[in-house]
Amino acid sequence: MTSLTSESTESVESADLAAYCLMLGDDALIMSHRLQEWCARAPEIEEEVALANIALDLLGQARLLLTMAGEAEGAGRDEDRLAFFREAAEFRNVRFTETTGDFAVAMTGLLVFATWRLAVFGGLTRSRDAGLAAVAKKAVKELAYHRDHAAQWVVRLGDGTDVSHRRAQLAWDSILAGAAELLHAHPVELRMAAAGIGVDPATARPELEQVLAQVAAAATLRHRQLPEPPRGGTGRYGEHSAAMPALLGELQSVARAHPEATW
Amino acid sequence: MVTARQAAETVMDPELPVLTLAELGVLRDVRETEGVVVVSITPTYTGCPAIEAMREDLRARLREEGYPRVEVRTVLDPPWTTDWISAAGREKLRAAGIAPPGAAPRPGAVDLGPIRRVVRCPRCDSADTVELSPFGSTACKALHRCRRCLEPFERVKEI
Repeated sequence: MTSLTSESTESVESADLAAYCLMLGDDALIMSHRLQEWCARAPEIEEEVALANIALDLLGQARLLLTMAGEAEGAGRDEDRLAFFREAAEFRNVRFTETTGDFAVAMTGLLVFATWRLAVFGGLTRSRDAGLAAVAKKAVKELAYHRDHAAQWVVRLGDGTDVSHRRAQLAWDSILAGAAELLHAHPVELRMAAAGIGVDPATARPELEQVLAQVAAAATLRHRQLPEPPRGGTGRYGEHSAAMPALLGELQSVARAHPEATW
Repeated sequence: MVTARQAAETVMDPELPVLTLAELGVLRDVRETEGVVVVSITPTYTGCPAIEAMREDLRARLREEGYPRVEVRTVLDPPWTTDWISAAGREKLRAAGIAPPGAAPRPGAVDLGPIRRVVRCPRCDSADTVELSPFGSTACKALHRCRRCLEPFERVKEI
């Protein structure tokens, strides 16, 4: 992997930059894994291809960000070391990405995740860190069509049959109940935002609310505003859902069974 | 002897092997300093696995042409856009049965679709085509079908 961290960040604590890149990278890695689980399970073969493509984009984002995290940390950990040889409590992804459920849950989750990440990364394109800005400029194009793909499914399910509408509403309610976590700002995120390098995720609220209201209206779904974010104890602090160890067990199994394997 | 740039410009894309990396717009720079050829390429999509193959192919071709010391760098900024596919590249795509992309979209409001876009069949030139899936066999392609000649075809999607 190419060196991506830039000199403009020298004045900032590199530990903060490493922690920040890890948060953004872990979000993409875990979300990608959940989407990959739809291979051979999606309602139609075209949708498996779609979700695999979206998962691949997010995996690409994760690789770049984990590489940057390892470089900023300076302890010799590369993307593979970080992805495959950490325990659950060392991951900094939002717990939201660990959510799993039926296809309506997956599409509603992807809609919320992509919309939120698009708002955060839109701000990151102006980061003082040239490496982060470069990743963000590339990622926003991808996130925009991830968001639109998920939005179109939510409309199709919500404004569909009685059965699909009922399940879309259940999915909407359960996903939205967990979405406030996305707007909680960890101290590292606040310090990075103050330094002009990162983005305070709470600033994503207006864009997220606007898109969700628009999609809910088109999908004939009942929608309420997002509640206030939790004050702490989120995935950003390494506190994950009960599903996380099993998720990592699968994600890391090949690398741990064959630690030196190359192909 | 061919220049390093000329040699690099002949390398084909591993996933769209009718196009060179130059025609695809992913070859950003070739320069030679102190006996080392530095080639800069940019990925089409962040997760595009073809980037590793591109790196290998560039090194192999430059070695064949007498440039043993090659460094291939990946640059992300400015991000790749399909607008960088050359006119010759678009014609080659069409000839290979792949519809070339239209103008790249500007990111904007959420699109609740379905997206209406005239895509001409690369085989029979009919505009009566339907998008089967916005995702295809590689990250950069969508899947379509022509209603006139009934053939399925791929399109390089705008980004």
